[in-house]
Amino acid sequence: MSTIADRRIEDAGLEAGIARLTPEKIKKTIEAVLAGECGARLKTYIETCVRCGMCAKACHYYMSHKDPSYAPVGKVKQTMWEIINKKGDVTPEFIHQCAQVAYTECNLCRRCMHYCPLGIDTAYIMSVVRRICHKLGVTPQYIQDTAHSHSATMNQMWVKDDEWIDTLFWQEDEARDEMPNLRIPLDKEGADFMYSVIAPEPKFRTQLIYQAAYIFNAAGLNWTMPSFPGWDNSNMAMFTGDSEIMARIERQHFEAAQRLRVKRIVMGECGHAFRAVYDMGNRWLGWKWHPVPVVHSIEFFWELLTSGKIKIAQKYPGPVTVHDPCNTIRGRGLMDKLREVVNMICDGIVEMHPNREHNYCCCAGGGVINCGPPFKNVRIVGNKIKAEQLKATGVKTCVAPCHNCHGGLDDIIHKFDVGMELKFLGDIIYQCMEKPEAE
Amino acid sequence: MQAASTWDWTPGKKTILEDATACSSEYEWMQESVASPDGESLAAIVKLGDEEFTMCVNGEPWENVFEKAWNPKYSPDGRLTAIVMTDMAWTVAIEAEAWEETYDFVWNTSFSENGEIVAASIQSEGRYGWNVDGTPWDELFENANNFVLSKDGSATAAAVQVKSLAQADIAGFQSGIFSVAVGGVAWDSIFMNCWTPAFDATASKVATAIRTSLYDYSVAVDGKAWPASFACVWEPAFNPATGEVVAPVRHQGAWGMAQDGKILWKPAFFQCWRPAFSDDGKILAAIVAPEYGKFTVAVNGRPWEAMFPVVTDLVMSPDGATIAAQSSEDNVNFRIMVNGKVWNGTYDMAFGPVVGPGGNVACRVEKAGKQAILLNGKAYPESFDQAFDPIFSPDGGKVLIRGVAGGKYQRIVAEAGAFKG
Amino acid sequence: MNQLYDLAVGPLTWLAIGVFVIGSLYRLAAMYAMAKKKDGPYLTYMSWRFSLRSIMHWITPFGSLGWKENPALTIVTFIFHICLILVPIFLMSHIVLWDQFKGISYPALPDGAADLMSVAVILACLYFIWRRVSDPTVKFVTSCQDWTVLILVLLTFCTGFLSYHQIGSSLVMTTLHILCGEAMLIAIPFTRLSHMIFGLFTRAYIGSEFGNVRKARDW
Ligand code: HEM
Ligand code: HEM
Ligand code: SF4
Ligand code: SF4
Repeated sequence: MSTIADRRIEDAGLEAGIARLTPEKIKKTIEAVLAGECGARLKTYIETCVRCGMCAKACHYYMSHKDPSYAPVGKVKQTMWEIINKKGDVTPEFIHQCAQVAYTECNLCRRCMHYCPLGIDTAYIMSVVRRICHKLGVTPQYIQDTAHSHSATMNQMWVKDDEWIDTLFWQEDEARDEMPNLRIPLDKEGADFMYSVIAPEPKFRTQLIYQAAYIFNAAGLNWTMPSFPGWDNSNMAMFTGDSEIMARIERQHFEAAQRLRVKRIVMGECGHAFRAVYDMGNRWLGWKWHPVPVVHSIEFFWELLTSGKIKIAQKYPGPVTVHDPCNTIRGRGLMDKLREVVNMICDGIVEMHPNREHNYCCCAGGGVINCGPPFKNVRIVGNKIKAEQLKATGVKTCVAPCHNCHGGLDDIIHKFDVGMELKFLGDIIYQCMEKPEAE
Repeated sequence: MQAASTWDWTPGKKTILEDATACSSEYEWMQESVASPDGESLAAIVKLGDEEFTMCVNGEPWENVFEKAWNPKYSPDGRLTAIVMTDMAWTVAIEAEAWEETYDFVWNTSFSENGEIVAASIQSEGRYGWNVDGTPWDELFENANNFVLSKDGSATAAAVQVKSLAQADIAGFQSGIFSVAVGGVAWDSIFMNCWTPAFDATASKVATAIRTSLYDYSVAVDGKAWPASFACVWEPAFNPATGEVVAPVRHQGAWGMAQDGKILWKPAFFQCWRPAFSDDGKILAAIVAPEYGKFTVAVNGRPWEAMFPVVTDLVMSPDGATIAAQSSEDNVNFRIMVNGKVWNGTYDMAFGPVVGPGGNVACRVEKAGKQAILLNGKAYPESFDQAFDPIFSPDGGKVLIRGVAGGKYQRIVAEAGAFKG
Repeated sequence: MNQLYDLAVGPLTWLAIGVFVIGSLYRLAAMYAMAKKKDGPYLTYMSWRFSLRSIMHWITPFGSLGWKENPALTIVTFIFHICLILVPIFLMSHIVLWDQFKGISYPALPDGAADLMSVAVILACLYFIWRRVSDPTVKFVTSCQDWTVLILVLLTFCTGFLSYHQIGSSLVMTTLHILCGEAMLIAIPFTRLSHMIFGLFTRAYIGSEFGNVRKARDW
């Protein structure tokens, strides 16, 4: 039987991290996290798990490898049980293993909660393992770098204050070739919504900002974007286990919306960002619900299409399949709206199975893709099951309203020769909508 | 906002513009308008033609046009500014006059309290810093953010990156690349992160929130870190009378207030942020959450009884006798709280209470798409499609109301008695 | 032996029941106090509606994805648990004892049915044992404690069955049975078997998170 020790991967961050550790520091840190930050949830989860193995089939890693050490309960056994049994007396090498399991072999996708009769939240347990690793300074290099960027610039990609604004001007200019009176209204007080995006958009995928601006202008909406930090809704610190920076980012994001006195925050097509804003940040900061309502693009597009603000000129050709991103489906229940939107803009859906809340994860989420090249292969091979699922639909297009999912699916589509194109909802809406006549 | 006694304080309504969107030049579009503090002018960016932007003030465009213009703002002394671009170079235009110096980018126009000093953040050849009244910092930095201008405008500071960082160099970052530069001169000390620098009352000292390792947070004053570290800290503030520094700190999972590194308010809150002092330093207030999901204001550590899911916009009169904030639930049901008492009305939006001389509190609010001005809980009878924040007369007895209703831009001086609703 | 029997059937029984009841209540109360203190924010999302909704789906055979995807285990575990709970409570031999010591009496399962149900539990235990040995995933996570509680259940039912059928020395068997039964009761609050006390709550919590916050199913 293989274990995590048999597939050790070198990573600059992890190696440097464990080199600094001493047994005393490990024990002290673990005790502090367990006693200071964990309570009844962790205790009951560890104690009541009946070791039945039912959760194994939930996890795409297990389904792809059929190796027990990839089963959710197998991951907990190799990390948290051991930590608790040994009361923190574990070796630096063991911490390396914990980090590798928790950061790179679990997407925190929460699919296993649909399999565990006792409702054990393995994703939460893995988050606690990550928290311990963070507190020990043992985090994969690439994702740690994004967490550093968040802390220093309040966005994920080291985008400087001016670069953000400049990029918006640039996209505004580009889009004005197509729609001359298009605006990306900055800092418009009292707008109906603030649109926030993830930092990779201004950095690499400016087309998405263009499209969003085009759609909002065509629909005649009263919207705005902040010219100051708080515009980035992504949050990798949430995934490194750095709750303090996670919360600082979320505070900045919500306060940007409050400062602009907007009614709502509409978020671009990103899943993890939605989880951070909708489910995580508010809790750490003490807001039971969101100080400003947060709406994901899936739902927002649904509103635009059903209210007739956006009309589709011609549906996107050929049936498509729909990928349900964990963080907006299991995390927010948008599966019906997603299908309604896709049906309004595309020529029918061929479902993949399982789907909706039971979908398999893209294997990029939870920060796994952000751990970068060292772990890329495991992540791709670990999602053969998803490739098979995609292939079985026999269609040529997959709609995936999430950045991470695009990254993850793109990789498996290439690796396993699935032969499918990936689309954001925005891509299709922009392409197929009735466009106002350009003068 | 400091109101001048020279402004027209005769009670009554004046229609400044019959048509708030009028402009003597033909324009393609007009953007969101801003009103001058004295209420006598209304300005907005207009697009006159291809790559031709300018400000239109009371229907008259500036003579200069620019390739781009954004961020229109009135200084407290009533000068209209905008950030403008010509030939790909950016600068600040004040009353149509652009600074001579231009930069690769300019943003964050800021003013001294009296409005005499205008400053902005600049980027020139990839280096960052402040520019004050047209003069940039002597030294610019690889990156700078968290810009802050002292109240009197005499001093500037920002968090600055003082060492280069290779791609994904996590060890380099953790050994520290950030510091705070004051007036363009960086501290000798370097930290992992520096956030929210703040000046003291005399604009001579700076305190900043810092992170010294992935998990150790503290406060540095003039480059020197507190000996104590905490699980997290928020924005520090100087006591204007004593020069002591306070900051909300997190300890064992709860928030309190620390002063010069020692606990001042026992960490017992679920949240605590935005510390604010009275001028004599005797009163310290902050937004706190005594329980999960329940926010209020704590004054010298004692929370008000009224609690709401969200509390923001804490403001205090200089003498500390009047403390106001606004609350909301799910971003609606906004209420105004003054000294722990909650005004009767609820609104779809509130724009932050304004405290005037004599402890009066005014606030712009919105309900069913109409904006109105409240004074001490009572509304002025007229409502607007768009209003601006109320301004008190120097003696605090009157309120200047500015707003657009039925397409007309109006300026109203209202006496306290006129607020009846 | 007789003395041991008397001890087991008398004081030890009360002790076992006492430890089980008080222990369970204590553990519940302690866990609730801890949850209030340290997981307070999470408790505020608990909702009756979504708790019950989740529990209802999960106490229905094949009512959830997990059950559907593990059909054999689902059938076995439902039979196992139903019999496991019903047999000791409604067994004639047990009620007789209640009657004898406390004068409490209530309807019993027909002996034949109870016997069959006991056999079912024994077979289910054998199935669990087989799984633990042969299914690599289960084997990977099985530890000593899992064996202990499983064997404890098996022994209790086996000895009960044997003594009912008067196989072996009746006195020895019955005494053994009673001791095992008592050991099992005592084990409930303090071992993996505590899933009996906490299981409903962990399910209810996750059901509330899904229903109340995430607006999605959790089954
Ligand atoms: C929760 C724990 C217990 C369980 C699950 C259990 C279960 C059983 C089972 C399955 C049988 C055999 C029924 C059959 O095959 O028809 C049985 C019989 C019996 N049990 Fe228990 N039992 C438990 C505790 C006890 C205790 C604590 C006592 C005594 C104080 C007790 C006294 C007996 C007696 C007297 C018999 C009948 C034996 C006979 O007919 O000779 N049991 N029990
Ligand atoms: C009323 C509450 C109970 C609930 C909701 C419950 C639920 C479950 C569930 C969901 C499983 C996992 C599925 C499986 O492996 O079969 C399980 C396993 C098990 N339960 Fe329970 N249970 C309850 C009471 C009990 C009691 C009272 C006992 C014994 C005293 C018990 C003994 C066991 C054992 C031994 C297993 C492990 C089977 C294995 O080895 O795989 N359960 N229970
Ligand atoms: S990847 Fe998803 S299914 Fe697998 S253990 Fe993590 S949360 Fe569970
Ligand atoms: S399904 Fe639940 S109880 Fe069973 S092994 Fe997995 S986590 Fe443990």
